[in-house]
Formats: sequence, C-alpha cells, structure tokens
Amino acid sequence: MTDQRLKRLGLALAAPALALVAAFLITSLVLVVAGDSVGGVWGQILSIPEARGLTNIVNSATVYYLSGVAVAIGFRMNLFNIGVDGQYRVASFAAAVVAGEAWLPGWLNTAAAILAAMLVGAAWAGIAGLLRVTRGVSEVISTIMLNAIATALVAFLLRKAAVDDPGSNITATKEIPEGSRIPGFTLFPGAPNQVYGFVFIAIVVGVVYWLVINKTRFGFDLRATGLSETAAVASGIDVKKMILVSMLLSGAAAGLVGLPILFGEAFAYGSTFQSGLGFAGIAIALLGRNHPVGIALGALLFAFLDEQSNPLQIVQDVSPDIVKITQGVIVLTVVIAYEVVRRYGVRLEQRQVAAALDAERRTGSTSKEVTG
Amino acid sequence: MTTSVPDGTTNPETGDVVVRLRGIGKTFPGVIANHDIDIDVRRGTVHAIVGENGAGKSTLMKILYGVQKPDSGTIEIHGRPVDLGSPSDAIGAGVGMVFQHFMLADNFTVLENVVLGAEKLHGIGDAARAEIRRLSEAYGLDVDPDVLVEDLGVGARQRIEILKVLYRGASVIILDEPTAVLVPQEVDELFDNLRELKAEGLAVIFISHKLDEVLSVADTVTVVRRGTTVDTRPAAGVTSRQLAELMVGSELPSPSTETSTVTDQPVLEVRDLTLPAPTAGLAGTGGRPLLSDVDLTIHRGEILGVAGVEGNGQAELVEAIMGMRPGATGSVRLFGADLGGLSTRRRREAGIGYIPEDRHRHALLLDAPLWENRVLGHQTREPNVSGPFIDRKGARTDTQRIVEEYDVRTPGIDVLARALSGGNQQKLIIGREMTGEPSLLVAAHPTRGVDVGAQAAIWDHIKRARRDGLAVLLISADLDELIGLSDTIRVILRGRLVPGAFDPATVTPQQLGSAMTGAGDDAAGDVA
Ligand SMILES: Nc1ncnc2c1ncn2[C@@H]1O[C@H](COP(=O)(O)OP(=O)(O)OP(=O)(O)O)[C@@H](O)[C@H]1O
Ligand SMILES: [Mg+2]
Repeated sequence: MTDQRLKRLGLALAAPALALVAAFLITSLVLVVAGDSVGGVWGQILSIPEARGLTNIVNSATVYYLSGVAVAIGFRMNLFNIGVDGQYRVASFAAAVVAGEAWLPGWLNTAAAILAAMLVGAAWAGIAGLLRVTRGVSEVISTIMLNAIATALVAFLLRKAAVDDPGSNITATKEIPEGSRIPGFTLFPGAPNQVYGFVFIAIVVGVVYWLVINKTRFGFDLRATGLSETAAVASGIDVKKMILVSMLLSGAAAGLVGLPILFGEAFAYGSTFQSGLGFAGIAIALLGRNHPVGIALGALLFAFLDEQSNPLQIVQDVSPDIVKITQGVIVLTVVIAYEVVRRYGVRLEQRQVAAALDAERRTGSTSKEVTG
Repeated sequence: MTTSVPDGTTNPETGDVVVRLRGIGKTFPGVIANHDIDIDVRRGTVHAIVGENGAGKSTLMKILYGVQKPDSGTIEIHGRPVDLGSPSDAIGAGVGMVFQHFMLADNFTVLENVVLGAEKLHGIGDAARAEIRRLSEAYGLDVDPDVLVEDLGVGARQRIEILKVLYRGASVIILDEPTAVLVPQEVDELFDNLRELKAEGLAVIFISHKLDEVLSVADTVTVVRRGTTVDTRPAAGVTSRQLAELMVGSELPSPSTETSTVTDQPVLEVRDLTLPAPTAGLAGTGGRPLLSDVDLTIHRGEILGVAGVEGNGQAELVEAIMGMRPGATGSVRLFGADLGGLSTRRRREAGIGYIPEDRHRHALLLDAPLWENRVLGHQTREPNVSGPFIDRKGARTDTQRIVEEYDVRTPGIDVLARALSGGNQQKLIIGREMTGEPSLLVAAHPTRGVDVGAQAAIWDHIKRARRDGLAVLLISADLDELIGLSDTIRVILRGRLVPGAFDPATVTPQQLGSAMTGAGDDAAGDVA
C-alpha cells in the first residue's frame, strides 16, 4: 500500500520534472540559435541565490501564489478567469485609497482595506459572472474587456485621487500610515530586505482554498459542475448560481494579489504599480494543477526564474526576457508531460495486472475478471 | 479457447471470414477485461456477442474499432492482419462502430456530425447532404441533415450514428447495445435494416442484453464470460435461457409474480403539466408543446409505467417533475405539497429519487471516483455530509455497501466511474437512488444496458421498495419491463398522455405498441 503511494507520488512529481527538463532544453536551443552562452546563462540562473535574492523570491512567490489560486478557483469550474489582472489592479487601487485615507485607526484600517480589495475584486469579476449567467457571454471575452477597462478606469481615478507631490512626476495615492502597514520579518539571516508579512495571509488563503474545494459541500458542487454541467444540474446544483459565486470568489482572491506589495513595500498605489501578475497566475495554476501545494511550487519556480534572471543583462549580456520564454515553454510542456506520465502510469499498472494474471495461471487457478 | 462450432451446419459457417480475432487480451488497472478471445465473423451475417455486465464486450469492440490497443492477440480483417492504432485505421479497414454511448457533438447539426472527419468523401455541402438523404431513405433512418443534434432524442441520435458508419462505407458494422433505446416497432425496423445490410454482404456485430432479440436477428452467437469467449453457436437451435445460463455460468432465477400493493394515498399528483415548445429561432412559437396538459397520479406502493416512442415527451415529463424545466406550467404535488418553484435539489431532498435516461450526461461524473459519484445528487444528505462538510468516511462506507448490495463489478470504490462497464455504472446509479428511502422514484429506463441477471435483481429491489410504500414513475422502452413491473400503464404520444390506462395484466406488447405509435389515432377509444 505504501509502496503504491510512493509510486503514485513519484509519478506525480515526474510530470513537472519532465516538463522542466524539456523547457530547459528548448530554452537552451533558443540561446544556441541566438549565439548566446548556454552554460553562462544557466550558470547564472541555477546559481544559489543569496539571502537577499531568497527574500525576493519568497516575496514575489507570495504574489504569484495568490494570483494562481484566484485563477485555479475558476479552473475548478471550467471558468477561464483571464481577468485576474484587471481585478487585482482595481482592487489594489481601492485598497490603497481606503488605507491611505485611514478612516479607521491602525490595524482596523488594514483590515478594512483588505476587505475593500476583496469586495472590489469580487465585484469586478462578478460583472463577468453576471454577463455569463444572464447573457451567456463567455467569461474569457468579458474578462479580457474588463482588463482593458480596468487599466483605463484606474488611470482615470488615480489622477483624481493622487496627491500632489511637487518633487516628483509620479502620481500615486496617499501613503498608508505607518500603523496600518503590514510589517515584514527576516527569514534569511543576513538579508538586507524582509519577507512580506502578507505571506501568512497567502498561506491561510491556500489552506482555506484546499478546505473549501476538497472538504465542503460547496466545493463538491463546484468540482461537480466543472466535471459535468449536465450531471450537476440533474443532481440539483444551481449551475448559474455556482458560476456567479465562483467568479466572485475568484475575484475576491484576485483582489489580494497586489496587497503584499501595497502593504509591505509600496505603501501607495501609483502609476508604476506592478502589472501583469494576473497572467502569470494562469500559467502557475496550470503548472500546479490547481492544487494548493502545486500552485505554491509553481509560484516559487516562477519567482526563482525571475529573480535569477535579473543580473543576466549585466553578467552575460543576455536579456532577462529569456526566462519569460522558459516560463512560457514550461506551461506548454507541463500540459503534455502530465498526459505522458498519466499514460505511462496506466500502462505500468496494466503490466502489473497482466503479470499477476500470468502468475495466477501458472499456479493453475482460474483467472478472475476482477482482481484486488 | 476453441470455438465449438459443429461442422457442416447452416450458412453462417460457410461464408468468408471478414473479421478474425485470435487470443485477444486487454487489462485495465485492477481488471482483466479480455483474455484469450477467439472470434470469427463471417460475411453476410449478423454475429451477436452476449455476456454479463462487465464481461468485456465493449472493450473487445473498442479494440476492433481501434479505440483501444490490445495487450495481446491478432486481428485479421478480410484475411489481412491489421494493426488498428485508431478508429481511422479501423474505418480504413472497413470497420465502423456505433457506441453504447453516442459520440456526437451536441451543438453541431446532423450534417456536420456526419461529415466531421469524413470531409473528403462528399465534401461538406450539398453533395454530402444528398448522400445523407439517400442513405436515410435507403435504410429508413429518418434523419434530417439540418437539425441540431442537441434537439434530438436518444433514438434519433442512434440513427445518426448508424448513418455515420454507413456514410464512411463500412463493410463491418459494430452495434453496441443498439436496441436498448428502441421500442419494439423501432427494433423491428432496425432489424429489417440489418437484414438488408446482411443481404448486401456486410457483416454486423451486434451486442445486446435482450436475448430474444439476439436470437431473432443473429445468425451466430458468441458468449463472453469474465473476459473470454466461452462458446460460439449458430443462433438456430439455442434458447435464450440456455444463452443466459452460458453467460452467467449458472441457472437463472425465475421472476416471481406479485400481489398488488397499491394504496389510495396519492404520492405524486401532476395536473395540467404543460411545457411550451422551445422558441425556435425568430420563427417564434411554431412547434407543438413538448408536454400538453399531462395529468397523472401515483399512489403509495404503486408503479406507474409510461410507454411511448422515444421523443414523445417522456424525457421532458421526467425533467419537469424534477424541476429541471423552467418553462413548465401546471402543478406537481408531492404528498399534497406543491413543488412548483422548488429547485431540483429541494425536490430531491423532499424524497424523490431520480434515475435519468442518459447516465453519462445526467447521472455520473465520469472522471470522479465511485464514492464521489455516490455523493452526487445526495450532497446535502446523510451519510454523505456532516454540516457543511462532505463526510468522506460515511460516503465511502455507503458506496461499499451499494457496490455489494447491487453487485457492481469493480476493483474498488476509488476507480473512476468511467472505468466501469455500462451496466455496472447503471447498477451503481440505481443503488444510489434507492438509498435514503425515497418516497417517489422517477426512473427512466432503469435497467437499460443491464444484463438479464442484474435486471432481475434490480426489479426485485424495486418491488421490495414498492411493498414498503415506494411510488414509482417508470419510463421504459422495454415493454416487457413495463408490463412486468407496472401496476398501471399510460401511453405518451406527442407530449400528451393518451386517455385511459392500460392494465398490465391484460395488455399485450402489440396493443401498447400500436397505442404508442398512434395507430388508430384520434380514435381515443382504443383503451382498456
Ligand atoms: N477505461 C477503462 N479503465 C479501466 N477499466 C475499464 C475501462 N474500460 C472497461 N474497464 C473494465 O473492463 C471490464 C469490461 O468492461 P466492458 O465495458 O468491456 O464490459 P461490457 O461487457 O461491455 O459490459 P456492459 O454489458 O455492462 O456494457 C469491466 O470490468 C470494466 O470495469
Ligand atoms: Mg458495454
């Protein structure tokens, strides 16, 4: 039994490993064609990061993780929420305004801002959900549109909400007061920078995600709807409601994506606030197979590649964009690798059954249709 | 294994062998689906394959159709050894298959479904349309190339599948349980078609659990038991009882007659149930309503059978009662309480068990393990849940119980529902829906695809529950089942219940059949 378990775990890990190897090979090929030093680039990327780098990796993995979970919630229901990008930007802006205005003192202010971010993210995603259940508009289309609208809306509102800082041409919201920030902590001794305190909230989000999806009735309904909408309807699930609710949840999770940065580093939402985090989430959810631990590993991997590629320009005279290729290729290869490994697993098991049958026959007993 | 065909009998033994299977073996995780299979199929014959649920019939056919690769053995078609890596290889070799579960794209038209993947034959336009019309005429398939498959019932879908195979020019046609969905008249029509195909030199491989049918249409019968061929015989000279005993390897129980348990306490009362036609395009309200003014009452301890040709409103009736048809008007009452406005879930919770007609679309999560399928449709009730959480342990224990009580042949409750044979999937569904003491069971074709032994067992389960007061709405294409189980039989025709009830004690399948097709129509007096 434990032997079986080990084998299954081995197979589960084989797929991403296979995908990584393939992605590395393809990236190397690109490097060779471009005439860059393959060894030099990998030497840099695969070097052991210093404490400062490790801290950066954990921090951006935190952000990626939330993004991956937000996307995965939709995936479990066959909803393709491309709109995490727009959702987190609208939500981060809202949180920055609430926290910056500081209507409430200290931690209450923080809590209110987080709540605002989740509500705004949910509402923004909810628009796509509503369009889907009332008008049948594909959430893929509507969330793409909503991303574009989010960009314009935030730029417009930012101008209204921005504080005038004569010394700088950066527009940004009011700074979050000291008492409402989320303090970081030192995880890696000797690091000059700190890990975001928000990492704990991300862990809680992961645990809640796992619990809700796998252990609750609601999660069962969600997965059932994702597996077969017709069977879900016949079993008594209100599919429209499920679509709306999971879009709202996905949006609420998306609302958290920008907050580690907001409360741990930037303290204001400005025109330079990091964008594109929602798209990475799609890749990471795929890589992690929508599993909370898988998503965490995927997020760490993406963060690692990002961090390690930073010095490439200086050290190797190669654009760090090369890892974007690697990241993209990983997503493609991982999908293939999961399928390959699954088939291999099935064949392996078939061979065992066949061997068991042979043995049985040799000992003279009649074969059984069902074994085990 | 040897095929024990006596020498020098009738023509089935003299034709050319078009398909020769030798030593075919196939294992799945935890299951030996096929081993040492030997079969010869001859030109111009209908060759039936019979066996219990899970015996390995569908697996064997999937191997012959290139869907699955055998682990061992050889396949010869028209005398040439072939390696069938995919259905297109099989089609190239002249083998076509109609599956137990149809494989049509819902939101495509019939034409699109038929030409899909065969665009080279007659293009995708008028030539293809003309060819479909021609085939449809020639074999009486009654297929309109331009309707959406989505709008078609099970029977029509099957005819499209057959047409698809013919369109691709197959010389060997595999039909996996084609008659399960047909009423007797349609079965006769199908068999006429098969005889025509046979006369033109095609070979038909035919799988069915209805042994009388097998004997009436087949020339040769092969019995498969626990994954291997145990006997091949000419159909002339075997009885269905002998076949059944060969399949099971033991004697069959004989069905017991029951005294009526009908009470006068109404459980389900349906009044004026009407379901308007879907507004088709801009034309608006053109078609006839799917259901018109349906009235029926089922009492405690009563089984009400509804007979009808596929597509006459049975599916809609069932779905309206289950609250899956928002446009329905009229009233549905359970123990006097109006169900109108209640969701499907609330109706289930109120004590309605539901066995849908299409198990793959409506009753199962194919890619979820059996125990999760046990939860499906019962995800708000014990033993599946405790509070807002799924009670994994409770659900698993109960799944194990169902597997044992209903003889679901499976290596375990963690295998995916997809891995079960069709009949075993059905047994699991029945077990699930009979659990929790429902007061009303809405059952559409409860024993479709189930072997004779299991069918008798399911009937016993239903009868026992009826004794304890279960009310059943039974929809079935199997008239013997309807007559054997029901206390009252109604006929549905074009969305209306034909006035008057039939007494199962006196009615014959022929009488039912003519009422179902509206023979002697508009003279609504031809009822008991
Ligand atoms: N894809 C699969 N994965 C695992 N096991 C499978 C798979 N397909 C079939 N099996 C197993 O192989 C055995 C034979 O199944 P098969 O579908 O061939 O039975 P069958 O004779 O067609 O039965 P039925 O009359 O119920 O349709 C069953 O035990 C089934 O559980
Ligand atoms: Mg089968």
